[in-house]
Amino acid sequence: MNNLVAAPIVLPLATGALLILTRRLPVQRSLSLLSVGLGLILSLRLAGQVWTEGVQTLGLGNWPAPFGIVLVADLTSAAFVAATYAAAVAVVLFSFYSLERAQEEHFYYPAFQYLLVGVNGSFLTGDIFNLFVFFELMLMSSYVLAALGGRRAQLRETLKYVLINNVVSGFFLLGIGGLFRTYGTLNMADLAVRIQMSDSGGWLSVIAVVFLVVFGLKAAMVPLHVWLPETYTAAPTAVVAFFAGVLSKVGVYALLRTYTLLFVADVGFTHQQLLLPLALVTMVVGIMGAVAQVDFKRILSYDIVSQIGYMLLGIAILTPMSIAGTVVFVLHQMVVKTVLFLCAGAAERVTGTTHLQRTGGLLTTHAPLAVLYLMAGLALVGVPPMSGFFGKLALLRAALEAERFLSGTIALVVSLGTLYAVIKIFRLGFWGEVLGDRRLNKDSREFRGMMAVIGGLVALSAVMGLGAQFVFEYAAAAAGQLLDGQAYIRAVLGTFDPASYGL
Amino acid sequence: MELLVAITVGVVVASSVYLLLARETLRVIVGSVLLGYGINLALFISGGIATMAPPILLDDGSLPGPVMDPIPQALILTAIVIGLGVFALLLALGYRTYEEHGTTDVSSLAGVEHE
Repeated sequence: MNNLVAAPIVLPLATGALLILTRRLPVQRSLSLLSVGLGLILSLRLAGQVWTEGVQTLGLGNWPAPFGIVLVADLTSAAFVAATYAAAVAVVLFSFYSLERAQEEHFYYPAFQYLLVGVNGSFLTGDIFNLFVFFELMLMSSYVLAALGGRRAQLRETLKYVLINNVVSGFFLLGIGGLFRTYGTLNMADLAVRIQMSDSGGWLSVIAVVFLVVFGLKAAMVPLHVWLPETYTAAPTAVVAFFAGVLSKVGVYALLRTYTLLFVADVGFTHQQLLLPLALVTMVVGIMGAVAQVDFKRILSYDIVSQIGYMLLGIAILTPMSIAGTVVFVLHQMVVKTVLFLCAGAAERVTGTTHLQRTGGLLTTHAPLAVLYLMAGLALVGVPPMSGFFGKLALLRAALEAERFLSGTIALVVSLGTLYAVIKIFRLGFWGEVLGDRRLNKDSREFRGMMAVIGGLVALSAVMGLGAQFVFEYAAAAAGQLLDGQAYIRAVLGTFDPASYGL
Repeated sequence: MELLVAITVGVVVASSVYLLLARETLRVIVGSVLLGYGINLALFISGGIATMAPPILLDDGSLPGPVMDPIPQALILTAIVIGLGVFALLLALGYRTYEEHGTTDVSSLAGVEHE
């Protein structure tokens, strides 16, 4: 029992409730920043505790494990929560400089806090129905944030986003109903035990596919990715930076958790026949979309889809190396995708557009932005020493060790496509002659503030790359925990024997 | 009894799919919410249908014979509340979209490049 596990959920929940009472901007800003800052410190402390003392759990309301809802922080969830907070600090700071006043005043900060509750809750919960509730909380806040400002395109795309998510949430419930009907429990550790004890092979695969559809949609896996590029292009850029960095990774985390703990009875079908081809298609379709676009945010949005493919590939291969690679890759993406969208936001603030043919020459007028963008872009492609290299290296090694040569080749070719997309943005938007408006001076307070935030995240990416020894050691340990279901089960259930109360 | 509930679930879900395929945004919205209700109903009977006592201990601390599993009911209660919130948001969003676009035809709400 460790109350610190609940801190990343309780803290934003309380802050959000407090912020909804006032619309005074200075209060909103300072409280939000204070909350995410404190959250970052607490989540790092939690990660430290998990690293030294093993998996931390908290039975809510002091109910013992399979009967009450339990929060579980293992190495993976603790690291993801910490990375979420790192992105959140950057996004809150960036919002000060980039949002329109009207958006900021209409409950932007409370909605953002509730989004954090949903995201952190999804990472930390050990109960599958609780996961659904936190998912809904996260989605509800994301609907509000995506529609904030109420521009034509925003409303239209948010309507589609809500509708498609609402339908898929129904499938989530259906999957939970299927699990509960079959195994009589909702606690994930208890479920894992019961799945090992029983032999419901085919039916379990059906439920696994339902969950693949649900989490695949949230993670924007092809062919369930169609909502992502348009929604992300329409919404305010500071918000999208957080969506891109963190929100789509929650789906990946849920898949990572369920596909290593619960649905491992028929790996040949669920992982190799289903997830692996989908991962490859996701990579290829995503990057083809990115290469074809001429809009800063659209290129990056399609690129999210393609990067999701790498993470799914790691889950599908299911070796210690590949899972460790996935963990590193998710952490890297949380930072780098956020910073790339923040670059897009800064460029939009300066030029008034994200269309790359109506702008150009930012390198001449706003050199710091161009330099930072290029560094973040190269991190995305996977140029050492930035953070992208090591995740990809591990995934490729895992693919080759598992003798999945086609997958490895496709992953490499898609990397080239990513390089092309990154350079395309640089060539059109930053290189060449000065084109289009300049609404923000290079020496203005806003621009400097945005550069400081972006610079901080780029530095974090570089630190993750340079400290790859430690990052990888951590990820390998996290992968060990994920793949050894027994350790998770022991940590959650303790001495409790599920066979004792019969089913 | 199970068969009756199963048929009801089927009818509700079929109606919702019919509405989801309509061209009016309002119908699509109602369809997506109706789907949630159909699934709630399916979840409701995942605990089985039987005449049993409610799961409340007697004064002496013993169970009053076989009791019903209360969890599915707790689950759908949560799901209904969430569904209500999403429904309200969807209606507001649908109305604002109608105000801005002047149409409720789904096919005229397709994305436009660079507006």
